[in-house]
This record gives sequence, C-alpha cells and structure tokens, in this order.
Amino acid sequence: MSLDALYQQVILEHAKERHGSGFDGAPTPAAGHGESHQLNPVCGDEVTVRVDVADGAIRSLRWEGHGCSISMASASVLHDLAEGATTEDFQALVSVFRDMLRSRGAISGDPEVLGDAAAFEGVSRYVARVKCAMIAWVAAEDAARQAQG
Amino acid sequence: MALVSIPAGLRTVQEARLDDSEAERIRRDFPALDQEVNGHPLVYLDSGATSQKPRSVLEAEQDFYESRNAAVHRGAHELAVRATDAYEDARAKVAAFVGAETEELVWTSNATEAINLVAYALSNASAWAERGRGGAELARFALGAGDEIVVTELEHHANLIPWQELAFRTGAALRYIPVDDAGRLDLAEAARIIGPRTRILAFSHASNVLGTVSPVGDLVELAHRAGALVVLDACQSVPHMPVDVKALGVDFAAFSGHKMLAPTGIGALYGRAELLDALPPFLVGGSMITKVTMERAEYLPAPQRFEAGTQRISQAVALAAAVDYLSETGMARIAAREAELGARLAEGVAAIDGVRLLGPAPGEQWYGHARFGLAAFDVDGVHAHDVGQYLDSRGIAVRVGHHCAQPLHRRLGLTASTRASAYLYTTEADVDALVATLAEVRGYFGVTAKVGA
Repeated sequence: MSLDALYQQVILEHAKERHGSGFDGAPTPAAGHGESHQLNPVCGDEVTVRVDVADGAIRSLRWEGHGCSISMASASVLHDLAEGATTEDFQALVSVFRDMLRSRGAISGDPEVLGDAAAFEGVSRYVARVKCAMIAWVAAEDAARQAQG
Repeated sequence: MALVSIPAGLRTVQEARLDDSEAERIRRDFPALDQEVNGHPLVYLDSGATSQKPRSVLEAEQDFYESRNAAVHRGAHELAVRATDAYEDARAKVAAFVGAETEELVWTSNATEAINLVAYALSNASAWAERGRGGAELARFALGAGDEIVVTELEHHANLIPWQELAFRTGAALRYIPVDDAGRLDLAEAARIIGPRTRILAFSHASNVLGTVSPVGDLVELAHRAGALVVLDACQSVPHMPVDVKALGVDFAAFSGHKMLAPTGIGALYGRAELLDALPPFLVGGSMITKVTMERAEYLPAPQRFEAGTQRISQAVALAAAVDYLSETGMARIAAREAELGARLAEGVAAIDGVRLLGPAPGEQWYGHARFGLAAFDVDGVHAHDVGQYLDSRGIAVRVGHHCAQPLHRRLGLTASTRASAYLYTTEADVDALVATLAEVRGYFGVTAKVGA
C-alpha cells in the first residue's frame, strides 16, 4: 500500500485550499440553523460545522477547525458536495462515505456518487485515520439534524 | 529456571562505553526489532511510549507460568510458596534498583494507578480524619479548603488529573508552576507558589515531551521547607538513567514496567515506609487485611495494604528480569548513550528547514542536565499525524499527538507534535534514518518544492 494511495493529490490540494472554511457570511434568511463541534481526543483535532437548511436543502455549509491533512481535506470536500444538496441526498451521501471508510479497503470510492470524496478510499485501509476523514462529516450530520429540527 | 537467552549486558565489559556496536548486539535480544514494516526494516523510535522486550523478559514470564504459577500470599502448597518467593524477590530487586527498601515498593498496574493510589489514599485520609477514624496520626494527611496542591504546566495527564480530582474531592486548590515560551520551568515563580499552604508537590522527573530532566533538588527543597509531600513521576527517568529515590529525597515516586523492558500491566509506587504505613488503603478487598467482621476490617501494613486482590505476579517477575537486563547493561552507561543519541536527534531535527525542535536547543543544557534520548518537534505546515504517517510508510515508528500533555502543547502554541524517543537498543543509524526521512516530509506534502514522491 503506497502512501500516495492515501494522500491522493486531490486530498493534498483540498487540505491547502480548504473550501468553505471560515464563518464570515451571514446566515441564510429564513433557514434553519445547526452547529456542531467535534473533537478527536486522540490527536486534539477539532472541527465546527454550521449548516443552514431551507426548503429541504442545504443552503450553506461552513466550517472551522484544525487538524491533519485528511481531516481538513474531507471538510473542504464536504463543503463542495453538501451545499445545494437536498437533506435526503446529503444523508445518503454521508452513508455511502461512511460505509466506504469503514470497509477496510473492500469498497472503492465511486466518483459518480462521491465526487472528490471518492479520493478518500485509500483512508479505509488505514484504520487509525478513518476518524480523521469522518470528523467534519459527523459534525455536518449533527448540524443538519439540528437545522431541520 | 530455564533461561536460555543471555542478556547482551553479560557479554560485555561494564566499564566500556555503550557504543553502536554494542547497541547492535543488544538489538539481537529483542525479537520485535527484527522485522520489516511497510517494506522497510523497522526503525523503532517510540520507546518513550513503550519499550520493546528482550527474550530474557519474555522467557521469565513464560518460565513463571510453566514452573511456579500460583496465587501469592495464600495457600500452603509448594507452588504457592515458589510463586510468593518469586513475587517478593521481584519486589526486593526492583526496590533496590531505585534505592528503596523492599517494603517501600508497592506493585500497581502502571504509573497512572500508582499516582491515583497516592491521591486516593490522601483523600481517604481526609475522609477518615473527618469521621474521627485513624487518630491524630492520620489527621496530618487531611486536605481541605485553604490547602494547596502544586503541579507543573508540563505534566503528563497521569500526573495532573489525579490532583485535579483530589482537589475537587477535598476542597483544596490546585496550582501550577508555569513554563516559559520554550517550556522551561519558572523556578522563581515556583519559589513564590510553594509556601505554607502547599501540602503536595507533584512533578515529573523527566519530561516526556521536552526531553529535559527536572531540577529535582531545588523543587524538593522548596516543598520540604514548606512541609509539603513530594510525589515524583519517574516514568521517563527510571527506565533511562540511574535513579535513587532516597538520594533525591522524594516522598513518593511512580514508574511503569512497560517503559523499561517489562510487560504491560505492572508498575510500582515507591513511598517512604513511614508514610505508606500511616496512609489508609486505596483499593480494598482480599489479601490486604488482618481481621474482617461483617462490620469492618483491619489492614495489613504496607506494601500488602495497597495490594488488594490477586496480584500481577508474572508481570512482577518479568519486571525483575527487565531490571536484571538493565542493571547488567548498566544504567549509567545507558544514560550516557541516550544523551549522545538525544544530542544527535536534536541536532539532526533542528537542522531541517521548517522543523521546530521543542525543548532545549542542540547542545543546550537546562537545569544542568543534557537532553536525554527524546526529541519532539513541530513540522511547519504539516500536521503531526501526517508526519507520522509518512515516517511509518518508511518503517519508522514515532509518537504523534499531544503525548498526554495537552496543557504543555497549548502553552507551546501547538495541538500536537511528533516525538522520536530512543532506548538502549537504538542505533545511530535509526536516528539518521529518522532525520533523513523527516527532511522529505514538507516536500511530500507540498509545503516546499516536491521532492522524492
């Protein structure tokens, strides 16, 4: 298993660019808001995700945090995929992503379904890093639930 | 006894310097070191987390089970006698190794349990005194509002949280000796903080992040002048340098077996006999009593008073074998060797562009001591987990994260760091492999121009 399969180029790029990072914008008018903070006690990585939901879809997903390249890249990819998705599609996406990560390499990432998130397929072979890839997604799931509350 | 492997220490002249060629011979006693990881020969630089084990230790534990296994301090059959002898001989050996009397060494599961034992014995003393149990002898240990427990800002969580909780249970205040931006203890502040209200001073002998050896003499003097008890976290010192608890003058000291060539599940608490015999027990139950009625129990003197239930017998026996291995190699030689490796690590790491070495700069001494064989560092722009992953892909095992010292990392402006730590089996080639591979990391993660890949 080469390191490059874990750190695919798309991951290294997202880790640097960090799409959707920063809470600068105003909340979407007439939207339900949710916010969730997640911490990985093993390494001290933290991510906070804010989600606005209106008319059954995610209008805005922003995040702040610090952590390894896997956790930062997965938050960045999440932002790109979640914004505009219906809450139903978003929930399905999280499930597919989680199943892939927990598969210990058995399930490969389908770019048709997962987009850039398919690049995290290599993470599933590194059990110690699965939490890194999931942290922002777990926060987003929680925040979206609150926003629909 | 059927010990087959002869520790490398027995085959060498004790007076000679422990050099690379001897380290190579020592390595052959450690089966776990002889393997490939991710297609590369294993470079094990995580001994600060746990050490690897020599065959003599593994065989001692197996031999115990094959020839002497029985519960100790109960039963009159032959195996029980042999097991009890082995268990108590181990105590005598390990106690002597740290300069303690035999009955001053209490077996625990690990150092964390040893420190918790002291903290809970002290809060039990407070509870007993409050209810008039134990007499005036015990009242001197009682803690309450107005009393202070002092730690340092660089403590491992194991020597911080037990004191936070003891303060909570008793109403005492927890204070700490701060460190400066580099991590150096503020001893002037220590002299202000430690005073008449101080009842306990707890600090680590050697830092698991900075690679420094604390100014034990200065701190013990401040504490004892104030009438406070001193609890020493000796986890990173006992495995790596000669330690004499009596010469250090501490009241309690805790260390773990697994960091000093022994199995997991065994650690020890040293306590001055007078203190151990006066303190109430922490865990209670079988094997630590004299007389039990349906209403109450009376307890044995230390160390049995603190060893409730069936004990960690094979682990204690194996720890004694580990102490044999270390003694035969020579702790002073090991310490000198590790100081050399620590200097090599520090120099190599500090010389890499974009890498910040934590603790003393190369060649620098803090509190009159050279860095021991440990170096933690921050790689600018690359998270410690990514650094560790890259090193692991080359077969190099290091520790990443906060090393159970979150407050210190926060003080140094970090959430995590990468740590390489050496032991008697570490070679210069191990250190050089780490340094060379570490130099590639920033390039790989695109923080500088990409190299290798």
